[in-house]
Amino acid sequence: MRIICPYCGERELGEFTYLGDAKPQRPAADAGEDAVYDYVYLRDNIAGVMSEHWYHGGGCRAWLKVTRNTLTHEISAVEPAAGVGAAKVGA
Amino acid sequence: MVAGAQTHRLANGGVIDRSTSLSFRFDGKTLLGFQGDTLASALVANGVKLVGRSFKYHRPRGILTAGSEEPNALVELRTGARREANTKATTAELYEGLEAASQNRWPSLNFDVMSVNQLFAPIFVAGFYYKTFMWPAKFWETIYEPAIRRAAGLGRAAGVSDPDHYDKAWAHCDVVIAGSGPTGLAAALAAGRSGARVILCEEDFVLGGRLLADGGTIDGLPAAEWVARTVAELEAMPDVRIMTRTTLFGVYDGGTYGAIERVNDHLPVPPEHQVRQRLWRIVAKRCVVAAGSIERPIVFAGNDTPGVMMASAMRSYINRYAAAPARRIALFTNNEDGWRTAETAIAAGLQVAAVIDARPDVSPAHRSLASKAGFPVLHGSVSGVDGGKNGVRKISVALTGGARAEAEADGLAVSGGWNPAVGLTSYHRGRPKWRDDIAAFVPDGAPPGMIAAGAANGAFGLGACLREGFEAGAVAARDAGRSGNIGSMPVADDEAFSLTPLWHVAGKGKAFVDQQHDVTASDVELAQREGFESVEHLKRYTTLGMATDQGKTSNVAGLAIMAAVTGKSIPETGTTIYRPPYVPVAIGAFAGHHRDENFHATRLTPSHQWAAEQGAVFVDTGLWKRAQWYPRAGEKDWLESVTREVKAVRSGVGFCDVSTLGKIDVHGPDAGAFLDRVYINAFSSLAVGKARYGLMLREDGIVYDDGTTSRLAEDHYFLTTTTAKAGLVMQHLEFCRQVLFPELDVQLTSVSDQWAQFSIAGPKTRDLLKEIVDPAEDLSNEGFPFMGAREVKLRGGLKARLFRISFSGEMAFEISVPARYGEAMARNLMIAGKPFGVTPYGTEALGVMRIEKGHVAGPELNGTTTAGDLGLGKMMSTKKDFIGRVMAGREALVAPDRQVVVGIKPTDKARRLRSGAHIIPKGETPGPGNDQGYVTSVCFSPVLDQWIGLGLVERGRERIGEIVRAHDPLRGEDYDVELCNSVFYDPDGGRQRG
Ligand SMILES: [Zn+2]
Repeated sequence: MRIICPYCGERELGEFTYLGDAKPQRPAADAGEDAVYDYVYLRDNIAGVMSEHWYHGGGCRAWLKVTRNTLTHEISAVEPAAGVGAAKVGA
Repeated sequence: MVAGAQTHRLANGGVIDRSTSLSFRFDGKTLLGFQGDTLASALVANGVKLVGRSFKYHRPRGILTAGSEEPNALVELRTGARREANTKATTAELYEGLEAASQNRWPSLNFDVMSVNQLFAPIFVAGFYYKTFMWPAKFWETIYEPAIRRAAGLGRAAGVSDPDHYDKAWAHCDVVIAGSGPTGLAAALAAGRSGARVILCEEDFVLGGRLLADGGTIDGLPAAEWVARTVAELEAMPDVRIMTRTTLFGVYDGGTYGAIERVNDHLPVPPEHQVRQRLWRIVAKRCVVAAGSIERPIVFAGNDTPGVMMASAMRSYINRYAAAPARRIALFTNNEDGWRTAETAIAAGLQVAAVIDARPDVSPAHRSLASKAGFPVLHGSVSGVDGGKNGVRKISVALTGGARAEAEADGLAVSGGWNPAVGLTSYHRGRPKWRDDIAAFVPDGAPPGMIAAGAANGAFGLGACLREGFEAGAVAARDAGRSGNIGSMPVADDEAFSLTPLWHVAGKGKAFVDQQHDVTASDVELAQREGFESVEHLKRYTTLGMATDQGKTSNVAGLAIMAAVTGKSIPETGTTIYRPPYVPVAIGAFAGHHRDENFHATRLTPSHQWAAEQGAVFVDTGLWKRAQWYPRAGEKDWLESVTREVKAVRSGVGFCDVSTLGKIDVHGPDAGAFLDRVYINAFSSLAVGKARYGLMLREDGIVYDDGTTSRLAEDHYFLTTTTAKAGLVMQHLEFCRQVLFPELDVQLTSVSDQWAQFSIAGPKTRDLLKEIVDPAEDLSNEGFPFMGAREVKLRGGLKARLFRISFSGEMAFEISVPARYGEAMARNLMIAGKPFGVTPYGTEALGVMRIEKGHVAGPELNGTTTAGDLGLGKMMSTKKDFIGRVMAGREALVAPDRQVVVGIKPTDKARRLRSGAHIIPKGETPGPGNDQGYVTSVCFSPVLDQWIGLGLVERGRERIGEIVRAHDPLRGEDYDVELCNSVFYDPDGGRQRG
């Protein structure tokens, strides 16, 4: 697999580390245990198009949000993950 | 001498160099061949028919094919450490001095004891192992498995280390092409002329594919001339790379292809400094699969007799190698193409005994060929072969209509039609589709960026191959953004195509589908009767197609027979999943240079060279080599050395390289706020010039890592991690910074490799440091108090970072200098410390002192413990949010009966404590129900003069003074221990503050 890092260009899979579902957002400090529990444990793992966190540790050390089809490994978008997991304001 | 007679070498022709004679040995017998031969063609030229025994029945076997699809002619190539089992004689290039031995025979190929297996054939049916060796279970290890391993299996491994080197490399191009037959060459022409960067991979050592055996006329030129002209044109193109002896074996995501280049397999020993094989990962925008097709057998009784050969292979031996597999050849075909073998045989001056054609009609041209050459054309099928280990003698024919006939021949050519090589196109779980008109599976789509062309796509005619290849090459180049003038397309006529499907001729005697795994037609039928109808079940139950050839000649016939007995069509029966590699690839090639001491990278501490000079014993810590202890003359064991080192530190001064700790510079106005969120305790409140111990949790509330972090300036912290987690903590902190807290103005820089860090510990530390640090620096307790941290100037002007922190419990500092000064620092500490008896100490002494002080480390930070378990619960701030805060409060993580860190010492002071021992209450029988924890870390404490340890014990801190059992079933030990305070040494910390 190859990922086009927005900072480094197209690079080989071995330079990246996979984390998982990029959808969950870390709840605000006062959100309560249930919200944090959901954030920590309820992750999607779907057969199809997923938004995922990847880390370019072998390159620029950017965390990326990668849109990938888990059935075909086709990657349709790669963008910086800046703020993707930030606390939901007012949640 | 008889050797080298080459009795079956034809007088003329062949792509061989008759001026270069090569001597080789097969089963100890010396034979001769020519440069350009394969081992198989040289054996053919020497009239050798019997080349091996079969896997299960030890039946005599000959050469079936002339390519990488060969199921039978597997040999052990070379000897000693370079012995390579299961090498296909059909692809092994002949070289001077080649040594090969046949397989699966004992004591000799001609007389094989295990061939009695044939007599017991009825019990060796499909599922034999599953049915026979069911019970008793304990017989498996002692009786069944050793016996099976002796009797079965293919060749023998060398049993010693491979002396050769293997390489791995990357290549990038616009278009990669698999195969250099007419299709591949035409594709390369079009792509190359377009200006594309092309890599053409050919597994053979000569370019041309089937043109080498079947010739033909292209652009009005004889095929060989056209190939030469085309290769010359390609070689003149700067961006076309032709790689022979290279098989494209796999397709991976994102246009990455695996290829194995047999760089020096054609030599007895690779030249000095050269590799045997190179594993390529080729990244290509487009791929043209021009891998051709594989002629398929017809299954009939006796079809494994030596001398029965694929019709196309016979043409390869006669035309390419000028070697006659037989002098009087019978041909069994169900299609027009097979007839070419009869034409080839006649042209080479060989006799044709008969052509057995399963089709109702034979073309007038072929009829006249038969009458001119004087051989009969028999309409029907081969029903049996009379012959044995010395080859074919007579062919029995069941004529259409019921009559029988016979033909005397010493070789039988068989053609059942052609199967496109659909491997590469199917490796992304693609399923090929059935085409009735050619009775074969063809690619049904392909992985992204890949195009199949020519015979690999079911286009068998020469003209069609050139057309499809050229078009595919042009399209691939265009898709890759190249649009040069592609010139004119090579042109040739298409041959007539006519085929009547025939898979299996029913009859008496063993009819083999998979010759390498000895799977017969009746095994397939039996599998169906026993309910293994699905092709995936059929494969695993009979092992059809699971040998090293992966069923290249057998899979489709197996499916066809299954289809026939189930009454389904072949496409309804379906194919199994195709998986790479297309040909066997040595594990050594995948490993490349990553073996032995280069299996992984080795990281050396800045003072490594100096430590090695001191005779340090090193221990692997992840990728690091760390000095474990420094033995001195006269010391009888490690314990004596380590004890000396600890005593030296506690009474004088010692130092230890701790550079392996992860080190991260945290900069920015929000650095403190950031650290507050990743540590359980506060760091924004830390004063500049001070250090603080910090603990990080995972978001689920479990402890992640610990370390000391110092504030060097208002907006600059220096964070340390454990050695093990250095990389992971960096990754985690980057996640927090980038993904979770983007609003914070903070930057992280990994400086682990930039700083050499030494711990200097013991009551005389200050005396030693004064010799190192500039006299202007105040190192007094007031000027540099406990947990102080700041930059200092060293004597000579070098700037260093100095931290007054202690892992040992003694008065101690850690000093950081730029990594390039690390070794000099170690040497200087030795010189400056001489008057104070300075003693270098290793990781063992470090460990002893941390256990004596009750500091937790890896064995306690084990991914199951909470801050509370470690006795650090009070560090958790209640005034701020931090990673793991909410989950750490879950009921089970704060339960009062959790296993917590506690000190442990045997009641018998002479007894050795062992880590891993389970803690059981006194008077109870050990068992899972009363297992209250275990010993995590142990050491011999020189201070207490006994073994001590730390453990995780249920309610441990409430049970100080209680005597419990340390139960160690692994070592057969059981003894009493006392639970005690985890800080064994200087519990009020006076020494480190002094
Ligand atoms: Zn990058």
